Amino acid sequence: MSDILRRDPRKEWVARNRLHPQHLSVMAELGGGAKATEWMGPNGVMRRDPRAVGFLGPSGIRRIDRSGVQQAAQAPAHSAATKDTRQNVTIDAPAFIVAVVPDMSGGRLSAHDRDLLGLARQLADADPASPGAVLAVVFGEHKESAFGEAGIDRLLHLEDERLAGYTPERRVAVLQSVERELDPRFWLLPDSVIGGGELGRRLAARLGERPATQVWQVEADAQSATGWRATARAGAGRQDVQRALPRVVLALAECADPVSETRHAAEAITLAQPSLDVLGRIEDLGEVAVDPAGVSLAEAEFILSAGNGVKDWDGYHHAAEVLGATKGASRVAVDDGFMPRDRQVGATGTWVCAKVYVAVGISGAIQHLQGIQSCEKVVAINLDPGCDMAKRADLTVIGDASAVLAALVARVEQYRLEQQENRDAA
Amino acid sequence: MPHDANARANAGLNVAVLVSVGRHPLTAGTRRADQDARAVEMALTLENAAISLLHAGPADPERQQALRGYLGMGLDTLDLLEQSADADVISVLEEEVRHRAPQLILTGSRAEAGEASGALPFLLAEALGWPIVTSLAAVEKVENGTAVMLQALPRGKRRRLRVRLPALATVDASAPPARQSAFGPARRGKFEHQTRPSEVDEPLSGWQFQEARKRPKRLKIVKASSARDRFKAAAAKAEGGGGQTLADVTPEQGAEAIFKLLKEEGVLR
Repeated sequence: MSDILRRDPRKEWVARNRLHPQHLSVMAELGGGAKATEWMGPNGVMRRDPRAVGFLGPSGIRRIDRSGVQQAAQAPAHSAATKDTRQNVTIDAPAFIVAVVPDMSGGRLSAHDRDLLGLARQLADADPASPGAVLAVVFGEHKESAFGEAGIDRLLHLEDERLAGYTPERRVAVLQSVERELDPRFWLLPDSVIGGGELGRRLAARLGERPATQVWQVEADAQSATGWRATARAGAGRQDVQRALPRVVLALAECADPVSETRHAAEAITLAQPSLDVLGRIEDLGEVAVDPAGVSLAEAEFILSAGNGVKDWDGYHHAAEVLGATKGASRVAVDDGFMPRDRQVGATGTWVCAKVYVAVGISGAIQHLQGIQSCEKVVAINLDPGCDMAKRADLTVIGDASAVLAALVARVEQYRLEQQENRDAA
Repeated sequence: MPHDANARANAGLNVAVLVSVGRHPLTAGTRRADQDARAVEMALTLENAAISLLHAGPADPERQQALRGYLGMGLDTLDLLEQSADADVISVLEEEVRHRAPQLILTGSRAEAGEASGALPFLLAEALGWPIVTSLAAVEKVENGTAVMLQALPRGKRRRLRVRLPALATVDASAPPARQSAFGPARRGKFEHQTRPSEVDEPLSGWQFQEARKRPKRLKIVKASSARDRFKAAAAKAEGGGGQTLADVTPEQGAEAIFKLLKEEGVLR
């Protein structure tokens, strides 16, 4: 069927004229094979079907237009929005290579990685006559399925048990063999605390290149040696430095826009001789379980925070221990002397960035809500469904704090018991 | 407790701490650098260690005053390798470290002034051929030429590493905070001056330094094919109220819902 909508002016005219002898049949036809709305019954009474009147509007609501100006759209089979209009791009013979080493935190490309790939695309596609290819080097297993959509032309996936865990020395050796075999024009890494920031500096030291760190803007510049100029943060964030873009670049998040209009091949490649047998002088002995009570509030992952609504403080402390959560408090709880001052969350206390923040009996003063801005999931337990915390929260349970906490403790203890039994059975 | 020469002679571990001149984030005055002070604190908490402080850079009175902040933490002397302001200090530091042969070098992860790329520890480790550990949180024990260290990860997690000595380790804001600097010991501490020939850092002269500009905020890009979609995106209210509210439930049902969320997020251990 053609995409072009054909109109029949005569039928539209008949549809507008309710006294026209063909009106009912035309309306039925335009309504997508709908039934006639009026007919003469067997006893000479006019019968109507009110459900057949009108047509379905764009948002699925039935509209009745007595003026007859509007007609039902002829059942749109597809809309342009759902259709993927991204253009497929394949670069068979790249003029050069831009290598990217994404962090892949959690096994997926992070937003930071995507921004970096956008920057890599910008560098690779600058000259349409001789386009470069973006190579991504991914270590270990991953869950990402959309490498091509992120702008990757070549994918080097290295999965080896010798690269598992914290093995920066081996990873640098692998990147060195990438350098030897493929000779990328640029190396881009995310300047993140753990991962790219460290690996990039190691790589730069190994290659003998002076890296540009904390880069947040890259512009074309004919005067510079590499054709690009980088703006980077320096001096503890108080200064900017402008310099020619070097070969090794460690960029901050939002350094460029992520790729959205093209889809690339993400063709898998392998190294001829990856150098994996490097003497590792750093041995990873695994992660250490930490006492949640000792973790500073600003970097805690899971916070159980108490406010004015908590009456049973022993129950609250017990719940925090059972859940393995770091304790936090609102200002009221601190002022009343139930919690120490260093546990206060909010504008005057600590700004937290927990993954899960459980607010028990906290109504949500604006200063407190500021302090939890960067938390991912907020759970509120409160008696008042209209409080500001309930508006911010992803899950609100209306009820008495101590009863809900006690039930939660019981549920978690039951879960732990089940886990224990499963382990014993296995 | 001052570490005297006697303790240095029969100590188990020889530790060098590389310190720099910091810059106060608000007043921009010189001070002891926060991360370097944490590195000194880490060295002071090591058992039976001989600590030497090392600074390479210009030695004008204002910077000396800032460096006295480290001496005020309870150390007697600081070795000052005098260099010009535009010098690249890596070769001088390498030479000095080779001469002293410490088993462990501690330093902050990045400087508070200048380029502050945080690359110096890596370049020094590469030049010396030593392993380097970042985000050091604690040194647990030193035995048989290896050190067991804890590395700080985001979210307060720790990773245990065994590192062959001699090694270099950097300390960042997740390490324990530094003790106060006392005025008297800071005054009494001595500098051991040595003037070394400076190697001028050529590329630095071609760079432009300026006050940090505010980074542009990324705009919300709406990619819609029809006017109706664009209008909907523009007129949409800020998200919020997307949360689920459980009213009139028993505590057990509420607890079950919270438990499910905690398990999905993977915070229950």
